[in-house]
Amino acid sequence: MTDLALFREETRDWLETNCPPEMRKPMTPHGMTWGGRNCKFSHPDQELWLKRLGEKGWTAPTWPKEYGGGGLNYDENKVLAEEMANLGTRMPLASFGLWMLGPALLEYASEEQKMEHIPKIIKGEIRWCQGYSEPGSGSDLASLKTKAVEDGENYIVNGQKVWTSYANECDMIFTLVRTGAQEPKHEGISFLLIDMDQSGVETKPIKLISGASPFCETFFTDAVVPKKNLIHKLNKGWDVAKNLLQHERKMLASMGLGGSKAASKGKTGSGLATLSKKYVEVKEDKIVDEGLRQKIAKCDMNSHAFSLTLKRVSEEAKNSNNGPSAATSIFKLYGSEHNKQKYEIMLEAMGSQALGWEGGEFGPEELAITREWLRTKANSIEGGTSEVQLNVISKRVLDLPQ
Amino acid sequence: MSLVLSETAAFLQDQTQRFAREKTPTSHFRSVRDSENPECFDREIWKQMAEQGLSGILIPEEYGGSNFGLSGIGVVLQELGRTLTPSPLFATAVLGVSLITKLGSDEQKKKYLPEIANGNLTCCFAFEEGPRHNPNVSEVTAEKNGDKFLINGKKFFVVDGSFADVIIIAAKSSKGSSLFLVDKNSEGLEIKEAKMVDSRNSANMIFTNVEINSENILGEIDNAQDTIEEVLDIARAAISAEMLGGALEAFEITINYLKEREQFGVKIGSFQALQHRAANMFTELELCKSCVLESLSCFEEKSNDVPRIVSLAKAKVGETFHLISNEGVQMHGGVGVTDEYDIGLYLKRARVAEQIFGNSEFHRNRYAELTGY
Repeated sequence: MTDLALFREETRDWLETNCPPEMRKPMTPHGMTWGGRNCKFSHPDQELWLKRLGEKGWTAPTWPKEYGGGGLNYDENKVLAEEMANLGTRMPLASFGLWMLGPALLEYASEEQKMEHIPKIIKGEIRWCQGYSEPGSGSDLASLKTKAVEDGENYIVNGQKVWTSYANECDMIFTLVRTGAQEPKHEGISFLLIDMDQSGVETKPIKLISGASPFCETFFTDAVVPKKNLIHKLNKGWDVAKNLLQHERKMLASMGLGGSKAASKGKTGSGLATLSKKYVEVKEDKIVDEGLRQKIAKCDMNSHAFSLTLKRVSEEAKNSNNGPSAATSIFKLYGSEHNKQKYEIMLEAMGSQALGWEGGEFGPEELAITREWLRTKANSIEGGTSEVQLNVISKRVLDLPQ
Repeated sequence: MSLVLSETAAFLQDQTQRFAREKTPTSHFRSVRDSENPECFDREIWKQMAEQGLSGILIPEEYGGSNFGLSGIGVVLQELGRTLTPSPLFATAVLGVSLITKLGSDEQKKKYLPEIANGNLTCCFAFEEGPRHNPNVSEVTAEKNGDKFLINGKKFFVVDGSFADVIIIAAKSSKGSSLFLVDKNSEGLEIKEAKMVDSRNSANMIFTNVEINSENILGEIDNAQDTIEEVLDIARAAISAEMLGGALEAFEITINYLKEREQFGVKIGSFQALQHRAANMFTELELCKSCVLESLSCFEEKSNDVPRIVSLAKAKVGETFHLISNEGVQMHGGVGVTDEYDIGLYLKRARVAEQIFGNSEFHRNRYAELTGY
């Protein structure tokens, strides 16, 4: 038996033994584990699952073992993902630490910083949020003004961040702060980790059109940050930010792929079609409205094509040492635009049942779809708007003139 | 399933790319077009392609081919598609070879395949019966007459039909579909050259009591439908690869133009209104590349999802080739609609190629049916 086949067998056994029963059921609306000092579990199996996977390092399967990661190579990681999918296990931990901060720390942090922060990310002990945007600095992020001033062993931070995801529930925030001159704007920025458990940090949730408040405003008033929390060099934070943005965009891109699993498995029908069939006229299993049917097919095909592209790029990256290919730059753009389109079609198919706000006349799934539809409108804004992505592709990939 | 080119495919791509740049740049297409050569391709060039082994990529080794498979011929078609190279490769080396290899008797294979491999024999597949694609043959009939068959009816849009030496025709027989090998000089066969907008060869054919001997039946009578559908999918994947090549080239031509052309004292490529459209086209192309690679390799991996993947590729590339060739013409401005510039040639090829064995709408519909809605 090859090493990989052996690994598959061991992995299957381990998952079979260690994945608690509740964690083999589909995710529920409140069933996601976000970790952190005040972590809430809606079922005890969530805690058990996080603990077991965290100890094995399999919440971050490819991260190095010395920091508590799984130490798996590309093929082993793929096997693990496949075996988890086969068993239908839930994602153990949703975390901006895992998706965004961790990969950047692995690249830019000192040994001491890695030892301090990475194991806690892997085990879900600290919940992180991102402090990038400011009220006056959205797409033009590098114009940011939140200031950090040296004071003995510390930095004193003053200013305001906005769109900090779940800041009111988080323990720590990774921020971009100005430590140098305002111009040239990219060169006076540093990357700072700030503990939010102090009086100098306040958060205020922002109510969105969906009615939910996943984002906050975060205010810093003489917040104290030990100097050891500076990542990479002083005034070189933009390098870290750019690296981290790649990870963020990759994460956001994958949002467009809901339902693609059904699409690539075929025969069983896509999620979009199955949902639509509950609301529209169906004859011999076919959606009668030809216009809607074509729209659904087009959308399913885009999901299919997009997931093939994610796969192709990861295979290419495995076979070459050139890093991410030109195609990587399209993921955030395409994933978010596609996700918006998908929800528009759902609404079209469901008619007035997708337009409810609350109350008993609408099913919980219907109400959720309405809210998610509104939530998708932020997909093409957060993490760099679609227009910013198009600029990046035009300039960096196509090399069009400035 | 592999979405990365094999070594063989990468080699073929490289070889064909050099060939196309040296021997068949778009000026070659123009000279064939303007020479009024009714065959719409250059026999000398075809001979050279055969010498390089391109005509035999799908032919088994014992019949003089290399059997490199669909991924192999896919990258070749893609590179030739970039320069709009007119050649019998698609109709002869993909359609003809696939039908004969899958259904031919030993004698038929011995008779035809080596001749195709060495570039001496061309074929076409007479399939369509109307202006829009329909995978079910119903109008053209084959009637048993003693130990022979009589064929009657009209075929449309037969790619390479006006010069192919051998016509493989699909006809309705008493209990199903059947395939026959027909000599181009057969009595009762009228071949009408159909001059297409892309200056490639095509023909309509009228069969009036065309007599077929038993040795020219391809496969079993009444039993050809499954193979026809399989070969249609092979052809769709192959033409998608050619279309991807055309779309990639049309895109690059346009990007280069945006970097050269100046108006208002600056390069027009600096205008965001054009940049964003270009970036969107790039994105669609990246998706197309994945779909085409998957559709070419899914046959070799014997995926049970072949028809859906092929429809995905054909529809995506069809849409994208239109998008890029139309935007390309628009971004070129006035010169875009002149014959002097190449971009308009791609616009024309995109339309004709999309129509071959089902346009994007047909394949979206088929994808929906295969997915269960």
